[in-house]
Amino acid sequence: MKVTIDNITLEVEPGTTIMQAARMIGPEVAPPAMCYYEPLKGSGGKCRACLVKVTAGSEKDPRPMPKLVPACITAVQDGMIVENTVNEDVLETRKGIVEFLLLNHPLDCPVCDQAGECHLQDFSFEHGVSSTRTVEERNTFEPTDLGPNIQLHMNRCILCYRCVYTADQITDGRVHGVMNRGDHAEISTYIEKAIDNDFSGNVIDVCPVGALTDKTYRFKSRVWFSKPVDAHCECSKCSGKATIWYKGEEVIRVTGRKNMWGEVTDFICNGCRFDKKKTADWVIEGPTNVSRHSVISANKYGANLIKPAFPVLQAARDYKQINDDRDRSFVGIQPALPKSKKK
Amino acid sequence: MKILTEHIDVPNIDTIDVFMKHGGYSAVKKALKKMSPDEVTEEVKKSGLRGRGGAGFPMGMKWSFLAKPEGVPRYLVCNADESEPGTFKDHYLMWKSPHTLIEGMIVSSFALGANTSYIYVRGELMYVIAILEKAIQEAYDKGLLGKNILGSGYDLDLFVQPGGGAYICGEETALLESLEGKRGNPRNKPPFPAVKGLWQCPTVVNNVESIAATSWIVNNGGDAYAAIGVGRSTGTKLISASGHIKKPGVYEIPLGITVEDFIYSDEWCGGIRDGHKLKAVVAGGSSVPILPAELIITTAAGEKRLMTYESLSDGGFVSGTMLGSGGFVVMDETACIVHNTLTFAKFYHHESCGQCSPCREGTGWMDKVINRIEHGQGRIEDIDLLVDVAKKIEGNTICPLGDAAAWPVAAAIRHFRDEFEWHIEHPELATKPGAVFMRKGASWTK
Repeated sequence: MKVTIDNITLEVEPGTTIMQAARMIGPEVAPPAMCYYEPLKGSGGKCRACLVKVTAGSEKDPRPMPKLVPACITAVQDGMIVENTVNEDVLETRKGIVEFLLLNHPLDCPVCDQAGECHLQDFSFEHGVSSTRTVEERNTFEPTDLGPNIQLHMNRCILCYRCVYTADQITDGRVHGVMNRGDHAEISTYIEKAIDNDFSGNVIDVCPVGALTDKTYRFKSRVWFSKPVDAHCECSKCSGKATIWYKGEEVIRVTGRKNMWGEVTDFICNGCRFDKKKTADWVIEGPTNVSRHSVISANKYGANLIKPAFPVLQAARDYKQINDDRDRSFVGIQPALPKSKKK
Repeated sequence: MKILTEHIDVPNIDTIDVFMKHGGYSAVKKALKKMSPDEVTEEVKKSGLRGRGGAGFPMGMKWSFLAKPEGVPRYLVCNADESEPGTFKDHYLMWKSPHTLIEGMIVSSFALGANTSYIYVRGELMYVIAILEKAIQEAYDKGLLGKNILGSGYDLDLFVQPGGGAYICGEETALLESLEGKRGNPRNKPPFPAVKGLWQCPTVVNNVESIAATSWIVNNGGDAYAAIGVGRSTGTKLISASGHIKKPGVYEIPLGITVEDFIYSDEWCGGIRDGHKLKAVVAGGSSVPILPAELIITTAAGEKRLMTYESLSDGGFVSGTMLGSGGFVVMDETACIVHNTLTFAKFYHHESCGQCSPCREGTGWMDKVINRIEHGQGRIEDIDLLVDVAKKIEGNTICPLGDAAAWPVAAAIRHFRDEFEWHIEHPELATKPGAVFMRKGASWTK
């Protein structure tokens, strides 16, 4: 099947979703995903962050689709033409989605353990606007404990349902779900029942924000001060393949191994995650491959030679013309950021 | 012309004997003994009957989409989870004449080849559920339900399911989830219920009124039904009329009468309550755009507006609205549009399922902003903010609840922006009990 995404055409198998096809091309074209998580069956379609425009449905029926469609659950058709980053409507809608997701989010990144590896941070940095329009009071919840090792901060939750699917699929016995409706909906283990099975810790890894955090790691370090290392161990319950995070000589955290989309494919058991906090427990394989754009790689693996485009764009936007004779073109990049809103 | 409510005032019409005395269940006899399922479907197609739940999708076409793989059961589900503010027609029909619905269910199930069918009734209507249960038992006793109905070899079991107590369960896929015993969250489409519905089997979900109309169509033919009405709006429609009119209630109207007639004629609403003037109408239940008096009586082009799907939506959302589910809410000049919009926004905030982010967060945001405006704490930029939030919700959600929440807000601002501005600019006047904005020169201004 032939599909064209942002003017790039590629061949894919029937049944591939737009998201999967876009990921084959690369991260520049792939729509953001806040709720979709490839290893979890049934995930996706909820956050609406990956809405894209289909300008031609298929070779047979080349009409455009009337609404934006979620890339993560829409299967490609032969001859489909998709616009993601090149479509104004899509980018405008995405701005709205960021705004919605941050509407009741506490923005407590400075004290949140997830900061630095948070998908919501990435998403709002790439697609959001720098100011907020809301003056309403935010909905708040009290933090609760899900068992001895996991803490839930419902304030930060974006209701992606990933943890619900994890609890349903990875762990046996459904104890984890959503209560209430609308913006009062909350993640809960039914009636304060703790999750006590061996794979419950994976809900921490799948959480895109800091809603589910590891109590053995809370407030120990910012992620960019710690150093991730791939390691494995002998484990009878899981594959034993993990990423262990060092601060100095100390193992402060163990997580599943994430791929370039931030997804864990080999889920690890609670024993590996919460109890094996000594180097002697692990066979070290080598440093984890971290994208050089990630804050986690800062000051660790050599200098970042290529400056990210953002400061340049920011400078271009803030640039004030003081003399009509001066040539603007020296900035190099035309300001592509949206004009700031009139007050 | 009355089809559904012809005998509704006959004493004891809710008992099967009285119902059969007035011609009840003749459609079951005719369909099961003399017609094939395809012939029934063909008559429904010919009738031009459109879904009465709100969307107005042609019912015969919906039936023809039903996948019919070998060895897989098919289901008919009746959507009786009527919970749209302003709409109370299904409730009335089921309460007064439950057998009308059951007769339609048997005929429709026969046409679709469903051997198990469900009526999903709004959870708040417990006494209606009891009425339906009793009526179903009577039908079983007469051999109209169960195995080998009337010796035709066709089996049908009919169940009543109390709803989950949420507006969202009226959305067809959320209804199916709820019917399966899960949380009533809408599903992503495709797959559509016609392919994968209840328990992943092909399913048709129809409104009470649509299903009830099929028995008359079987008895009298699709052409006779299509002869009533105008253009593609055929047959009769139950309208739930409420608000500042002399005679609120449920009326069965032939589609195609003028809106003016409907509001002012003594046969229907009987006009605006004494000494008051028409200000605005919500023509099809809370989710459709509100229209001011001048646009509801005549279209923007100056033609008389009719009670049909096409005429009410004439002018798109700029100057039109929708027939929707027929919840006809009339407001006179004492009604405050901001307050009314707040009521609707609160409702959708309360009823959003919280699954997808635009609806979950956007409905709450709109509610909070309008609440501030209503209570004298609005800012002038809030009006454009509301329009923008509504725009960002609309079309970007899993199910139509997002649209339903966005449309009334956007329409109220579109047609009554000056009223919102007055609330913001004169909070001391607007927050006085009973204070209402009077537009200079408008037909409803005193």
